[in-house]
Amino acid sequence: VRVAIFATCLGDQLFPDAVVASVRLLRWLGVAVTFPEAQTCCGQPAFNAGHHAEARSLARHHLRVFAGSDPVVAPSGSCAAMVRCHYPPLLEREAEHLDAARALAARTHDLASFVTDVLGVSDVGADLAGERVTYHDGCHALRLLGVSEAPRRLLRGAGATLCEAPGHDVCCGFGGLFAVKHPEVSAAIAAAKHPGIDASGAATLTSQDAGCLMQLAGSLRRTGRRIRTVHLAELLWDGIARANGQPREGGSRAP
Amino acid sequence: VRITTERFHEQARAALADPELRAALDRAADGFVRRRSDAMAALPTLEALRSQAAAVKAHVLDHLDHYLERFAEALEAVGGHVHFAADAAEARQLVLDLARRYDVSTVVKAKSMISEEIGLNQALADAGVRAVEGDLGEFILQLAGDVPSHLIGPAIHWTRPRVARLFAEHLGSDPEADAQALTEVARTALREVFLSADMGVSGVNFAVAESGSLVLVENEGNIRITTGAPRVHVALMGLEKVLPRLADVPTFLALLARSATGQAASAYVSLLTGPRRPGEVDGPEHLHVVVVDAGRSAVLADPALRDALRCIRCGACLNHCPVYQRVGGHAYGWVYGGPIGAILDPGLLGLPRTRELPQASSLCGACSEVCPVKIPIDDLLVEHRRRAVERGLTGRGERWAMGAFAFLGERPGAWAAAANTARAATRLRRDGDWLTGALAGRLPGLGAWLRERDFPAPAARSFRQRWRDGLRHEPSARRDAVGFAGTGGAGIDGYGTGGAGSGGAGIGGAGTGGDTDGEGQA
Repeated sequence: VRVAIFATCLGDQLFPDAVVASVRLLRWLGVAVTFPEAQTCCGQPAFNAGHHAEARSLARHHLRVFAGSDPVVAPSGSCAAMVRCHYPPLLEREAEHLDAARALAARTHDLASFVTDVLGVSDVGADLAGERVTYHDGCHALRLLGVSEAPRRLLRGAGATLCEAPGHDVCCGFGGLFAVKHPEVSAAIAAAKHPGIDASGAATLTSQDAGCLMQLAGSLRRTGRRIRTVHLAELLWDGIARANGQPREGGSRAP
Repeated sequence: VRITTERFHEQARAALADPELRAALDRAADGFVRRRSDAMAALPTLEALRSQAAAVKAHVLDHLDHYLERFAEALEAVGGHVHFAADAAEARQLVLDLARRYDVSTVVKAKSMISEEIGLNQALADAGVRAVEGDLGEFILQLAGDVPSHLIGPAIHWTRPRVARLFAEHLGSDPEADAQALTEVARTALREVFLSADMGVSGVNFAVAESGSLVLVENEGNIRITTGAPRVHVALMGLEKVLPRLADVPTFLALLARSATGQAASAYVSLLTGPRRPGEVDGPEHLHVVVVDAGRSAVLADPALRDALRCIRCGACLNHCPVYQRVGGHAYGWVYGGPIGAILDPGLLGLPRTRELPQASSLCGACSEVCPVKIPIDDLLVEHRRRAVERGLTGRGERWAMGAFAFLGERPGAWAAAANTARAATRLRRDGDWLTGALAGRLPGLGAWLRERDFPAPAARSFRQRWRDGLRHEPSARRDAVGFAGTGGAGIDGYGTGGAGSGGAGIGGAGTGGDTDGEGQA
């Protein structure tokens, strides 16, 4: 099995540890990983803001970068959903790109679903025994891709204690540009999740989406909360290292 | 009607700073969400009903002229009258003319969003007609000179203590009265109105084309009296409210009650077919239905927006919207707030004055998920944003930034260089792993973020750099290989060998790794 990693622009710039962990996790599971270096951004910020000419330019670029037939794996539900759900309608009137868009949509996956559904692995061989973890459902993973079980299965498979937070499926308020266009509302939405996260009793908050984690970690930290916030891929890779007698890697960001 | 949709930003900020609104919204939302969820869980045919309801509505919208004509014919056949109003002013005038024709001095009103939309109360007052709201929530708002903030709970932003103070001031009741006592106070005050009103004005939940019937749902019983006791009943409806057959009604009743309040059925469902007939003991002598366009036909004629007219005003999208739940309905600046307002208002009022509303969403999609008639609300939000860009209604700065973003996005070398520069510049300001509020206002682009929350300091090296610097050829640890290589030791290079068959355990690629647990590991 060979896949192309779709680092996503947030992953590339702000959460490289999560992408590195994703690559290592995939290789650990016997998957060869390529990184098409010309990748930039899938265009979601432009698409969501209504700048569809710009979004189409970026989508065409993304199609060229990820040409071929390898599955594409992103450590993000939101960016995977952009390609899977929005590329085909976005390029509907471009006959020369539409087939490629549909094909790419079909072979683009979020990391957790790729591991559980394509590789058929629930237990990645990580040791998270005794870790109290709460999983935040990114909205696009949950509602556009229908992903809610895959990440939880991986956490349970690693022996983590899953502590569901009330409101785990409610938006964190990030919303891309929304977070800076409406900063007060965006932050108020994040703050509304704090009581649920507190009540979960978890020591670690994880998600598949860097955007949500950035929002929640920044908001939790601003209010003095000290729960560890870490991307699912890093959490799993840490657990694999621990299972194999390695000290935990740095890079996990505790607010 | 006061329209302040342009001022969403400042209205939202004011709402966030209002602790009483916060308390009221929290209290209401918890109940709405939980009760709806329980009710839907007990409805195994939910998805089938949603699909059916969406299909019926879509069909009606595709043949609206036909069904409106059928409805008008059927209603006239049972003695009712149908009037068409092109806009709010015409609708107001029609009601005023009817009030004059029937020599009306007191009007009792049922809760009707379209009467709020057209500003009927003010028009009646200006014409010297006394109009009193008979719905408890609307009664509160009318006493206070306030306007609704929710489709089904118009006074949802009012807490009980505030209502007690209001009633004490206007009706002389106990300022500490509890909810039941307050309801009693309103009931007593309204009794006289119900008995003396010459005209009842209501909205319409569904208008049935085949029979000319009006369907109205409620929990207080006031609609029943409003539409049955006075001599004249005037019903206002948006032109999208028609359903083809009586047989379609149960599907919508099942979805509306559950979506709105989590009830299996509303306490009262009125099915009104024509005015009082000879031999009947109650019901109005005269029944008039005013079918209001007010921008709806333009939405209907717009294939990309038409789905918004399927709305049955259940309010579920408001109850599940993270933005609405923070800022409440008034922030949106018009009768229809929340997600449905953000897609409907631009169609009814025009995009220039409502362009802020579709921006007021994180596109989380919770609205679309709960919509009983499957309106793709988040897609329509994006469609309005697209039109705003197309029509030049977005700021020049944003357009310039998006242009630059796309330009760089097609040029990976320049993209990486720009990103590296931005990261390095931002890192200079970091405090440990974080950028903190101390920098708010001093970092272009991030200032708005940092006012409200911290931001993770960008990594020293991007993923791209780490890939080039070694990750590309990093000897990888493989669970099917012997020994754990960690992240830098000796191991089997899954990348270099194509990932197949190189491990000691002879597993040919990850697909066969299955669910086995770390076999062959040291």
